[in-house]
Amino acid sequence: MNNLLNVSLSPHIHGKETTQKLMLGVVTALIPAFFTSVFFFGYGALIVTTVSVASCLLFEYFIAKYVLKTSVTITDGSAVVTGLLLAFNLPSNIPVLIIVIGSFISIAVAKMTFGGLGNNPFNPALVGRVFMLISFPVQMTSWPVPSGFGTGYTDAVTGATPLAIIKEGLKNGEPISQLMSQIPTPAQMFLGEMGGSMGEVAAAALLLGFVWLLFRKIITWHIPATIVVTIFIFTGILWAINPEKYANPQFHILAGGVLLGAIYMATDYVTSPMNLKAMLLYGFGIGMLTVVIRIWGAYPEGVSFAILIMNAFVPLMNAYIKPKRFGEVVKNG
Amino acid sequence: MGHTIIITVITLGLLALFAAVILYFIAQKFKVFEDPRIDEVLAVLPAANCGGCGFAGCRNFAEAIVKAEIFEGLNCPVGGAPIMEEAAKIMGKVAPVVDPLVAVLLCNGTPEHRPHTSVYDGVPDCRIAHNLYIGETDCSYGCLGKSDCVRACPFGAMYMNTRTGLPVILDDKCVACGNCVKACPRNLIELRKKAKKDRKIYVACSNCDKGGPARRACKVACIACSKCVKACKFDAITIVNNLAYIDATKCTFCRKCVTECPTNSILEINFPPRKPAVETEVEVVKVNPDV
Amino acid sequence: MKTFPVGGVHPPENKITAGTAIKHLPLPASVAIPVSQHIGEPAVVEVNKGDTVKTGQVIARSKGFVSTNIHSSVSGKVSKIDTILDSTGFRQTAVFIDTEGDEWLETIDRTDSIPAGIKFSSEEIIKKCMESGIVGLGGATFPSHVKLTVPAGKRCDTLIINGAECEPYLTSDHRLMLEKAREILIGTSILMKALKVNKALIGIENNKPDAISQLSGLAKEFQGITVHSLKVKYPQGAEKQLIKALINREVPSGRLPLDVNAVVHNVGTAFAVYEAVQKNKPLFERVVTITGRSVLNPGNYFVRTGTPVRSLIEAAGGLPEDTGKVISGGPMMGKAIPNIDVPVVKGTSGIVLIPRNESERTVIRPCIRCAKCVTACALNLEPYLLMALSEKNEFERAERERITDCMECGSCSYTCPAGRPLLDYIRLGKATVIKMARKRMSN
Repeated sequence: MNNLLNVSLSPHIHGKETTQKLMLGVVTALIPAFFTSVFFFGYGALIVTTVSVASCLLFEYFIAKYVLKTSVTITDGSAVVTGLLLAFNLPSNIPVLIIVIGSFISIAVAKMTFGGLGNNPFNPALVGRVFMLISFPVQMTSWPVPSGFGTGYTDAVTGATPLAIIKEGLKNGEPISQLMSQIPTPAQMFLGEMGGSMGEVAAAALLLGFVWLLFRKIITWHIPATIVVTIFIFTGILWAINPEKYANPQFHILAGGVLLGAIYMATDYVTSPMNLKAMLLYGFGIGMLTVVIRIWGAYPEGVSFAILIMNAFVPLMNAYIKPKRFGEVVKNG
Repeated sequence: MGHTIIITVITLGLLALFAAVILYFIAQKFKVFEDPRIDEVLAVLPAANCGGCGFAGCRNFAEAIVKAEIFEGLNCPVGGAPIMEEAAKIMGKVAPVVDPLVAVLLCNGTPEHRPHTSVYDGVPDCRIAHNLYIGETDCSYGCLGKSDCVRACPFGAMYMNTRTGLPVILDDKCVACGNCVKACPRNLIELRKKAKKDRKIYVACSNCDKGGPARRACKVACIACSKCVKACKFDAITIVNNLAYIDATKCTFCRKCVTECPTNSILEINFPPRKPAVETEVEVVKVNPDV
Repeated sequence: MKTFPVGGVHPPENKITAGTAIKHLPLPASVAIPVSQHIGEPAVVEVNKGDTVKTGQVIARSKGFVSTNIHSSVSGKVSKIDTILDSTGFRQTAVFIDTEGDEWLETIDRTDSIPAGIKFSSEEIIKKCMESGIVGLGGATFPSHVKLTVPAGKRCDTLIINGAECEPYLTSDHRLMLEKAREILIGTSILMKALKVNKALIGIENNKPDAISQLSGLAKEFQGITVHSLKVKYPQGAEKQLIKALINREVPSGRLPLDVNAVVHNVGTAFAVYEAVQKNKPLFERVVTITGRSVLNPGNYFVRTGTPVRSLIEAAGGLPEDTGKVISGGPMMGKAIPNIDVPVVKGTSGIVLIPRNESERTVIRPCIRCAKCVTACALNLEPYLLMALSEKNEFERAERERITDCMECGSCSYTCPAGRPLLDYIRLGKATVIKMARKRMSN
């Protein structure tokens, strides 16, 4: 019956990319990290990841359908990404209830209250993680040592992470050279054989995912590179001044959540700046704050806080740091 | 320990006192004198902040009332005469009598009357569609049906009838604030004088094309044949730009023009049904909330 | 290889008709020639109902400087002067002529010769362009004699000929460059003389290597004309991007190419100028590509202005069953026409038929702030912001964010993963801001 022609404004063709495909690309990039987490942390990794992703999906579904009464959009995959990234920020022995609470905070508080996808100012996974850290400090700072399927889930053997060893050691007055013998070798740290959250340990896996993200054009290299380079330079300067008081820059890059944060958390579309100049400033800020918190702050790890603090500045950066328009007329004198 | 508490309490207490004193003097020094009558007038206004008075919000209107010498041109369509009388009493003046108005859509182009010739698939926004092309029909003047007016109404007095593709105005809720008039990119909505029992007689067409193209585009278009002008004994109807227009202030609701119109372009709303003396070739779909 | 440094997208090229030689479309039984086929004042009708006209005769005269003449594209009798829904989407006045034979004005040179010598002065050339109704055939249809008139205080040192044809599907310029290369180069020399420049650059996207080699070879016979290969990227054919890629000058915001001493003309315009100046032939026909994946016989045709699009579709094998959209122009910037009786006009570079399953808009999802639109914008604007401001009626801020710089190329809407109608709102914002600016100026 309807052989009338369609009329709408140009363009009349559309690119192939969709929100769902982008999210799927991020999930694919996280697969190597998932495999290494299961390899090193066994059942715990499986359980924590599953519970986190499932609760994020369920919370988003219920809140959209019954509380906000808007359309349900869990098929766009963003809740899955939040669930995965939240899980990768947690120790593999964290109890199920705490994960569920954290997922609730990530989805309900950090995302849905602001209006759902696209409207949240703070990275939801990081908000959930920081909430859990402050509310459950004991469970969130007992990190299992990597032992694969050897130990069980909540009864995994725990130990200190490399960053914690350095921080505590320095507080007790031990010099770096002595502490270095207590932490894993750079090779072990690169491949992931160290204590830490599930996703942050294996630098190699994370870098593989980075390559995939670049290839799929999901992110550009600017934010991760700026963060890593900033941290490298500043820890490098400190280390050059006093190698006994400050760990070397390569240690700082491989220890803790720098790579996970730089590649996956700071590059979150919604909470990162919208143009190149602002992105560079953003990366620089995160790098600086991470170094400051690690060296002089109370916590051994500062990436999550650094990213959340810079998230707060992003709207300001978007409003005042503008790309140079084509044919920008520069006012004379 | 008790020593510390006492010192803390005294220090903080003194600081608070100091701050309070400074704040008091600053408040006095920078006090803005405002005519207290503004607040009094504001209290009687309906607080809808709809812009119907032509001012930006009720407070702005209250200020204008207080400043005005005479009340000419000042009217709150939401509150109407009672509110304006109250405000006038506060100012010790008299408010002029203003006819209450109601919004009316001057188009009856349903799909039965005005066939679709294309499908608009873009953003459902009348301004955008109007900017883009003639519309989904051959009438470049008629309603586009993308609900800009409905969205603009702050009083919930409009809804879109998805079957006819035309917006419906609820007479009991419409306060003639004029937001829908401003929202329509084709200027199809008019604020007409309200009559008793919400009766209306109007030319439900805004097509300014000559009779031929107008009629080809829509079966109930006004073809400017002038039969209505001749039938009206009260000089209430004029034809400008191939379009007839009924002046609501002159119309006496005699309904002669309605039967004269060959295309059934003139609508009579809320009248008792008349005996069927006129054969109509087309089933006229009246713009009516019950449809 | 030369390109513009910022922004751009890569839609699939679909140059189905690149290898199809240009044919002449048989004359339709009647034509409807709109009196406004250009930017500026519509021309004033000079004929009446019942008049007999010849092909090439003036039927409507230019009104004012920014306007141009309209010529009859067929010979026959004027049946009426009425309005018709044309490719702008609105009704315009048109001269309707019933075709009788094809008798051309005697002054038009119909021989096969390709005269190369330019007998006219710069002023005479410009006058001839106006009399012959020459407008920019890239699609903008700006009257060429206005572009060729350099105002006092400005100067031009470079002519750029636009052979990019960056829109998917369209191949009219490509075929013209292959089949009428010499004429195009003569036309370029004529334009150089009109502008009093001795340097012309022809930019061609490198998905047309045959055209590049053809024109490069022939250009050696001409003084001052060089041919340059451009990277395939949309919108390379946009004026500002072309100037940036070829001579690395940035046209300032809100200004014209003449402010960087350059003038840009389409290859089709250069050909039309050659025909007008050397052959006395006014502009009443042009090459139009008829194409689409479901079209039986896609091709390129010389079509007379006023020909209904229906005739072109019939020559290509008829309207495919599954047609959902008919586009006048290319799929990125062309206009979707409401029916196929719309007439071909000077600016119609192609007719693209899109199947129904591809012609429906995708579902609109919330903005995920991925900034792909910012990356795609060749003018370094921020489309997500311009859309948000236009949606919320914040037009003053939209003006400050340079919404009027937008050339409506569509790269942002094309890229958006959430399927947001960025260009729809930006266009609304532009129209409102321009209206506001006009009101300010008149106060």
